[in-house]
Formats: sequence, structure tokens, C-alpha cells
Amino acid sequence: MTKDVKNQEKSQGQNMVDIYIMGKKYTVPDSLTIMKGFEYAGYTLIRGCGCRAGFCGACSTVYRVAGDHELKVGLACQTKVENDMYLTQIPFYPAHKVQYQLDELQGDTDQLAETFPEITKCVGCNACSNVCPQDIKVMKYIAHAIRGEISKAADESFDCLMCGLCATKCPANILQYKVALLSRRLHSRYLVPGAEHLQDRLKEIEEGKYDAEMDQLMNASREELVDKYNNRDIE
Amino acid sequence: MSYTPEMRELIKKVEATRPQRLGHDYPRMTPEEKQDVLKNHHPDYIQEQFREAKVGPNKGDRFPHEVADILEAYARMDRSQFDVNQPDKEVDVLVIGGGGGGAAASLMAHEAGADVMMATKLRFGDANTVMAQGGIQAADKPTDSPAIHYLDVMGGGHYTNIPELVNALVSDAPDVIRWLEKMGCMFDKDSSGNMKTKHGGGTSRMRMHSARDYTGAEIMRTVRDEVICRDINVVEFCAAVELLLDDNGKAAGAVLYNMETEEYMVVKAKSVVLATGGMGRLHTQNFPTSNHYGATADGLVLAYRAGAKLAFMDTVQYHPTGASFPEQVEGFLITEKVRGLGATPINVHGEQFVYHLETRDVEASAIIRECARGNGIKAPSGMAGVWLDSPMIEELHGEGTIEKEVPAMYRQFARFDVDIRKDPILVYPTLHYQNGGVLINDQAESTLENLFVAGEASGGIHGRNRLMGNSLLDILVMGRRAGRNAAARAKDSNGQSGKLNVSHVDAFEKELKEAGIDKQLLSPILIPLPEKLNPRLKD
Ligand SMILES: Cc1cc2nc3c(=O)[nH]c(=O)nc-3n(C[C@H](O)[C@H](O)[C@H](O)COP(=O)(O)OP(=O)(O)OC[C@H]3O[C@@H](n4cnc5c(N)ncnc54)[C@H](O)[C@@H]3O)c2cc1C
Ligand code: FES
Repeated sequence: MTKDVKNQEKSQGQNMVDIYIMGKKYTVPDSLTIMKGFEYAGYTLIRGCGCRAGFCGACSTVYRVAGDHELKVGLACQTKVENDMYLTQIPFYPAHKVQYQLDELQGDTDQLAETFPEITKCVGCNACSNVCPQDIKVMKYIAHAIRGEISKAADESFDCLMCGLCATKCPANILQYKVALLSRRLHSRYLVPGAEHLQDRLKEIEEGKYDAEMDQLMNASREELVDKYNNRDIE
Repeated sequence: MSYTPEMRELIKKVEATRPQRLGHDYPRMTPEEKQDVLKNHHPDYIQEQFREAKVGPNKGDRFPHEVADILEAYARMDRSQFDVNQPDKEVDVLVIGGGGGGAAASLMAHEAGADVMMATKLRFGDANTVMAQGGIQAADKPTDSPAIHYLDVMGGGHYTNIPELVNALVSDAPDVIRWLEKMGCMFDKDSSGNMKTKHGGGTSRMRMHSARDYTGAEIMRTVRDEVICRDINVVEFCAAVELLLDDNGKAAGAVLYNMETEEYMVVKAKSVVLATGGMGRLHTQNFPTSNHYGATADGLVLAYRAGAKLAFMDTVQYHPTGASFPEQVEGFLITEKVRGLGATPINVHGEQFVYHLETRDVEASAIIRECARGNGIKAPSGMAGVWLDSPMIEELHGEGTIEKEVPAMYRQFARFDVDIRKDPILVYPTLHYQNGGVLINDQAESTLENLFVAGEASGGIHGRNRLMGNSLLDILVMGRRAGRNAAARAKDSNGQSGKLNVSHVDAFEKELKEAGIDKQLLSPILIPLPEKLNPRLKD
């Protein structure tokens, strides 16, 4: 079908690079992502591999390129291999479990600091922002959280994949991504009004307003449905 | 990996026609034109890509080869490693699968007072749910109604959908949105709290609710947090490899397989919810896929062997716009919202050839046809595609719209040096969704008693074609029903518990043997088949 190259010899005409997976050397095509590099090298991934598209945050990877002392991080499914890359995956971060009942919380300014007291220990190093593969200003939303600006924290943190890399770097042991999650839940539950049109519709459904029409549709012949469908008005 | 000089040249043709295309909608197809393009170009119509099942509850029905291969395979479990009558764990409700459907079922079963265990193959939330970007449908606006929603669903599914299931889908929809709203899911809203809603392919009302372009991720983050907060027992990296039945042939638990230690765990349950998602990683007809790593149709295999009927398995949804370039993101989904915002498909000559918001099957077929006519663009990898003219979005709605409305999409391409605000995206249909699955009734129960099925693993709601935004809805509607009903069933069973068995597996294997099918492949496959084990890639 679409792709006749699939079964071709993979290494033909490709530039190869050396990567070091947990210290062991493998030579792989330079066009691969780190994730595909692992697989090319013969690994079968179980941990550290989920959506393969930058959405689930399962594939946090730490790496360093030879000659450079800086430790870098990225999502294995979204980062290309480089020559002399030394890498390992960090698919799990032993975060402590924080449990709350959203119903019993409030959207007031102390709520985040009450649930996550450690946020006030932020030393302002910005390591969290620097490692975020989504380029979220993590320290900034933590600052909002400390000041009780729940909605701002929710907005700023929205693109978080919960990969946990921020937390691995935090000298104050803050679980940034969980703070972010609670800020979004508090914001949505307590700080924006509920949708009135939704309540109205629920009431109508409960009162059986649509029952007769639904019955009629469910029993309609195919021809009737086709006719209705082809002649329906479009907003 | 930005565009090659050859591709850059071709992009100029797209740029040249853009001003004329602005403000001029391409005509929608007539019903006859739609039929024609589907019959001649949709992968579901290629007869030799399908075969009839030789064994099991759907014997004689048509399946894609890739699905038939794993259904007509032998059991992967090693029976010598466990004793079904020495359960490691006994619970009321066992939920299999940790995506949105499984999470919703767990929450409802727990709320109903059941002792719940959720087992999932990868991390909790590593699922198709987390990848959904576009949105979730619900008829909750004054101009809309469940009846109008019903008609859209039926038309989209070519009137093959099972009416009672569609009724459940559209009638529960507003309540699902309310449930999520109350749980603190961050929907796009205006300042007075009204939902901002848009069109999707095949909708007649603007009923697509979204959470920027991380709708599925936001829903998953929320329901997962709630499961964790309620202390529901979640076991990760544990895949179900077989269902267990009781003396009366009812579902009564599962054999789990620890993906890391390779040990088995027998779980006895009074009822079972199967929410294992789809089959994208079977790569039917060698298509790339938008699906997550664990989408290997395990649930179908388990249910089928245990005697549950499947439905609509001869129809697969190819999303019209998967990425064809760069190679690293092949198959990656370009959310329909990009077309919803006004990006249109364009051929190698810079011409539009199809209305940009036809239903998915029609839109995909039109793109396949355009490439077959030689009007496609070839990527360096050899993969063909057509342009999706994303810069139209900024022209139509103003600069900055792309970053604001589809940040995930923008970021994903920027990582590979493609700026979708300025350049079009090269796209080709990608294997996206399993339209069919385990046949259920409107209580989410399969034809096997005590086996409830929810989400992409189930079949019937969407008929032969699903519309965008109805799947996130379906997993929650049916997930909640499955959870509630499984809990009620567990209560009814009054703690009586017979002996467990896997004799259905023996019987199934015997049937295979009698049908002359050799032991080649073991299933469920759990992770995508490596090329050397894939019977489709062997000569
Ligand atoms: C890229 C993409 C974009 C999409 N966009 C939209 C959209 O905008 N709107 C919409 O409505 N729908 C969309 N969909 C479809 C929708 O997201 C999915 O159909 C839906 O989320 C499926 O939910 P689920 O709970 O049934 O399955 P999943 O979310 O896939 O969850 C299944 C879970 O079961 C686990 N599992 C699998 N096998 C086993 C086993 N043997 N044992 C234990 N666990 C197992 C998996 O690991 C996974 O965690 C999209 C899908 C994709 C892939
Ligand atoms: S595998 Fe999901 S983000 Fe990389």
C-alpha cells in the first residue's frame, strides 16, 4: 500500500550514529527517535513507551552527549538520536500519593498550599522549567500556586503530560505536576461557573421532553432516516 | 527534518492558489458521489484484504486478515504456571484496561459499593484516550437536541448502528459532560461558564466540547486522579491473557500476566468489565496508525474465545489525516480540529479536490483516490500524501490561532522543524479506530453473561463508521453503565461462587485444530508483533 520502503534494508543509504543505551554501544540510523533507536537496537519496550506521540508522558529520557557535561532530558518518542548520546529512560518516579476528595475542598487561595505544603519550599532554581519537554513555565505556575492564584496555575500548566521530569529535578521535592492537576480541577470545579445550558438540557431529558421523538427515530425505517438525514439543516 | 527543496517547490503551488481558495468552500459530495468514492477507494472494500472466520461465535463473518490471524490463534498463557482454582485475588468487579472507559467503569462500580480491581497492561492512562485531541460530543446547547445528535450518529454510521445503543449514547451525553464538569475537567468555556462548542466532521450542530487540543488527556488526567483519590486498587503492567468462566459458563474473572516478572495472577470476580481499547497496532493493510502502543485487540481475543459475539469487525476507521512527513511521526494524527478550523486538503497541483469536512471514511477515500490518480506528493521515505493547508487557519481566523487552538499539533511539528503556521502538512490516511468490537446491549453487557464491555473494545454504537467526538463520549457513557451494572450484578450474585475454569480455551483450540489451523501465532499478542512474527509480512 502506502509504503514500499517498509521492507527494504533499513540501513541502506542512511547515516548511522552511535548511541549508548545504559552505557552499551549501538549503531542506529540518525533519522530515528530515541524510542525507535531503542527498538532498532533490539530492545522490546514495556515501560517507557505508551502513546508514541508526545501525549502520555511515559517515555522520559535522560541523556548526555559525549564531551558535554550537561545532563539533558526529553521524551524518547519526540527526540531524535544524536551521535555519541548516552541515554537511559526514567519511566517511573516514586511520587508520594496525594489523596483528596474534590467535593470537600474549596477554591480558596490556601487550598493548594494546604494540600501540597511543600510548594512553599520552592527555592526558585527554575530547574523544573528547564527540563519540561512541553516548555511549560513550571516554576511560574508553582509561584501562582504559592500565591493562591489557582486559575493562573491551571492555565499556565495546561499542556502538562505528567511525565514527572520536573519533580525529579526539584531540590524541594515538590510534585509540580500533581499541584498543576489539582489547580486545574479546583479551577474548573469552583472558579468558573457551571454551564447553565447543560443544566437546562438535563432537566429537559429528565422531564422526558425528547422521549417521544427518540422513540419515533428509533423505530423509523431506514428510508425515513435517510430522508431526514439528507434534509437536516446544518448550523 | 524540515521540507526538502523539492517539497518546498511544490509548496509554492499551494501558496499560489491560497488567496483564491479563501472564502470559497469546495462543494460537498452528493450521496451518489460518496458511494462511488467509498466503493472504489475505501480499504474496507478491498475484498482480498478480508477473510471469513473459520471458528468461533462469528464463524463465517468477514474479518480483516490481521484480526482473523490473532482470533484464530492459540492461547499464549502457560497453563502449568497457575491453578485457576487457587485465585490470588477475589474481588466483586474486575475492570480490565486503564483508559477512559476502564476508569469510568471503575469509578461507577466503586461508587456503587463494589470492591473493584483495575488491571491494565501498561501504565494507568497509557491508552488511546490520552491521545484524543479534538473533542467530545454532547447535545447540550439550546439549538441542539439528543434527537438531532441521534440522526447525525446514524447518518455517519450509514444507518447500520444499533438503535438502542445510539439512544443510550446521545441520551446520557449531557450527563457525562456534567459528571466531568463536576469532577473538575477543564473544558473550554466562555466567561459565563457556557461551553465553547464547534463542528466536527458529520455534525449538524456545533456540539464538539474541547479542552484545548488535549481533550482526551484532560479527561484522562481527571478521571485517573479521581480513581487514585478514591484508593481504587489499580494494578499496572498486568495484562489480561484469558477470561475465566464459572460452572455456568458466565464470566468470573481473568488470568493476568505480569508484563515484567512474567508471572501469572488468577483473579476471581463476580463480574468483569472489559475496556481494552482498539486494534491500531495490528496495522491492517499495512497502514500506519495513530494508536498507542498497547492497541493490539487483546480484548477481542479474550471475549471471542470465551464465546462472546463480535460485531462490525469488517470495518475499520482510517482517519483521513495522518502525518506522512517527517518519517518520525508517520501515522501521527492530525486532529480533525485542524480541518474544523479551515485547513483543506490540496493536491500536488495546488488544487483542492474534496470538501474538507466530509465524514472520515469519505474524506479518507478521496485522499486515497487523489494519490492513486497520481496527484499525490511523495515524501523522501517513499510515503505518499496530500497537503493539508494549515496556514489557511491563520488567514481565516487571524495570526496566532494555531498556537492558541491546536498547541499540541503546533508543538509536535515544531519539534521536527516544520512550522505548520507557515507551511502545509503532508498527510495520508492512518489506521485510527476500530469501528466494531464485542457486541453489547444498552446495558453494556456482551452476549456472554457477566461480561460487560465498554469503549473501543465494544461494537455496535457507531455502526460502520464513527464520527469524531463520539468515541470519548461512548467510552464514558458505556464505561459508566458497565461499571454500574457490573457492580449491581456482583451484588445480586450474593457471594455464591462456583469453580472457575478455562475449558472454553481448550474447546476453542480443539475447534482450531479441527478447522485445520496450525499453531503459528499465540494470542493475545499484548505488544505489537515484531516483523519476524507477523504472518502478514512473511512471504
Ligand atoms: C490519536 C487519537 C485521537 C483521537 N481523537 C479523538 C477525539 O478527538 N474525539 C473522540 O471522541 N475520540 C478520539 N479518539 C478515539 C478515542 O480516543 C478512543 O477510541 C477512546 O479513547 C478509547 O478509549 P478506551 O477506554 O476504550 O480504550 P483506551 O483508552 O485505548 O484504553 C485501553 C486500555 O486497555 C489497556 N489494555 C489493552 N489490552 C489489555 C490487556 N490485555 N489487559 C489489560 N489491559 C489492557 C491498554 O493498555 C489501555 O490502557 C482518538 C484516538 C486516537 C488514537
Ligand atoms: S510515549 Fe507517550 S509521550 Fe512518548
